[in-house]
Amino acid sequence: MRSKLLAAPYLLWMALFAIIPLCVVLYFAFTDFYTGAFTLANIIKLADYLPIFAKSVWLALISSVICLIIGYPVAYYIAGRSPLWQRLLYMLVMLPMCMSFLLRTMAWVAMLEDTGIINSVVKAIGLQPLPLIRNDAAVILGMVYNYLPYMIMPLYTVIMKIDRSLIEAAQDLGCNSSQVFRGVILPLSLPGIISGFTMVFVPAISTFYISQKLGSPGTTLIGDVIESQFKTAYNPNLGAALSLGLMVIVFICVAIMNRFSTDDDEGGVVTL
Amino acid sequence: MAKELIRLVNCQMAFDDEIVLDSINLYINDKEFLTLLGPSGCGKTTTLRIIGGFLQPTSGDVLFDGERINDVPPHRRKVNTVFQKYALFPHLDVYDNIAFGLRIAKLPEDEVDRRVTEMLGIVSLKGFEDRKISSLSGGQQQRVAIARALVNRPKVLLLDEPLGALDLRLRKDMQNELKRIQQAMGITFIYVTHDQEEALSMSDTIVVMDKGKIQQIGRPEDIYNEPKNAFVADFIGESNILDGIMRADRLVEFFGRKFVCVDSGFEKDEPVDVVIRPEDIDIVAPDAGHLCGTVTSVTFKGVHYDTIVDFKGFKWLIQTTDFCPEGSVIGIRLNPEDIHIMHKSEYSGMFGDYSSYSAEYDEIADPEYTEEEDDSESREEERNEE
Repeated sequence: MRSKLLAAPYLLWMALFAIIPLCVVLYFAFTDFYTGAFTLANIIKLADYLPIFAKSVWLALISSVICLIIGYPVAYYIAGRSPLWQRLLYMLVMLPMCMSFLLRTMAWVAMLEDTGIINSVVKAIGLQPLPLIRNDAAVILGMVYNYLPYMIMPLYTVIMKIDRSLIEAAQDLGCNSSQVFRGVILPLSLPGIISGFTMVFVPAISTFYISQKLGSPGTTLIGDVIESQFKTAYNPNLGAALSLGLMVIVFICVAIMNRFSTDDDEGGVVTL
Repeated sequence: MAKELIRLVNCQMAFDDEIVLDSINLYINDKEFLTLLGPSGCGKTTTLRIIGGFLQPTSGDVLFDGERINDVPPHRRKVNTVFQKYALFPHLDVYDNIAFGLRIAKLPEDEVDRRVTEMLGIVSLKGFEDRKISSLSGGQQQRVAIARALVNRPKVLLLDEPLGALDLRLRKDMQNELKRIQQAMGITFIYVTHDQEEALSMSDTIVVMDKGKIQQIGRPEDIYNEPKNAFVADFIGESNILDGIMRADRLVEFFGRKFVCVDSGFEKDEPVDVVIRPEDIDIVAPDAGHLCGTVTSVTFKGVHYDTIVDFKGFKWLIQTTDFCPEGSVIGIRLNPEDIHIMHKSEYSGMFGDYSSYSAEYDEIADPEYTEEEDDSESREEERNEE
């Protein structure tokens, strides 16, 4: 009874800001803009946007993989330090997140653009300016930079919790350091990998600001399309249908990722 | 004659200038069941970890089969460990846990299967192959831990308080089980415990440790019957320890009275510690005994009564099946073989007086008292992290 009472504010919050809006999205997605009558036209129209969906999934996937490759060693390193260093380094990882997301992305624009900081230096030493911005790589860079902490956080938490005696047990049973890593540390940090991957992948697939600032018309992502349906094209019904499509894709991707987790009783996994 | 397998030569271990092990010299024979026994923080776990390769001694040598192995990492030593909290891999099932070492050694899978199955039989866990570790009871986890170590057929098995987390009944069963396995497989066991009863009932050799030093090495009977100092006498079983003076060979004086004993080789008039085991004391009529005292407390212990008797202000513990009510006056007789004489040591006067019965309660009530063993381990971990 008491626990129900404690959960009440959250349930109310969920109802007001998740369930009801979802219903609104569903309503818009399946109705006609002018008449308000039921229609599947918006959903059928999603087919036109398949390449953009694919591109979004692809870039988000690459960013997540890069975040994992960069983030895992960082998390592993931090988890192995003394408690004081752990706190310091962890704070350092979190520090960029204290800065506005927009500002961080704008800073990258200032660095990468044709007349930006890097290219000014390149030109000053007499070389041709480099095409650093308005391409896929710049968008991926923006995603990795902005979402890396979300990868490191769960990884660090999971790796830190691995019992040292398990590592000793593996050494005792004949493992050299790389076998200890493959046989014990990596499988035990799998929940953190999946959790971090999800936490990077989900915001990356739906981003629009990063691709607008660092990308080109060729890197228009599904987030950009959705934004434009509401702000410029003024077709909220198609926008709602696109959002729905995105949601389904995210659900499918997360479900696939959770397949990799063999342990269902381990903590730290974002489950649906 | 048994063959020597492991030898520690002047092993010293210091963490941040604090000496945890002080010049340990010890040899361990092949196929021997050797127990490192001592209170928390005595250095027994550190000794075990040095043999396992998880710690390098600050100075001194570790020899295995005559070869110096100080710098050999754990994974290349022919020893396996049963860890204190088992350290089973939570992501693997029972079968894969036991097969872990064999697969690392790249044994063919049919050989792995044969040996794991055989091992499951030895530890009576047939049918548990696919169970998750988290679904096992403490006793079952214990067996998996033993199987996982033994399946590799190590020359030496190290066991770090493996029965600590089990309840009394299960402990007794596992003690017998371990002894049986050790004899059946014919390998050396080095066993760490703070439980003297466990040590006495299982070991071929007991090494009693305290404050980073070896206090005594011997067979269980020798350790019990001929303790070297007041610490050993008190730690292994209960002891009344009195101040005495050796008047001549086989003649000791205490409480102003001369007693015939069986010890010799002391200097004339040398001050000594006299140990009298509580179960060796015979209660007789007040006028028929060597000493006469008043019973101050009686506690029923099942097999016997713990009777505290006041002799001229010094309280003795007597374990007897005869009930003597509180306040009654009794006499006692001491036979020569019941009196054991020890040289004075740094521990003299610290143990063996039952005026404040019992010492364990003092420790619990003392807020300063901490489990030192834990301290040294956490220090160790910090060092490893750096």
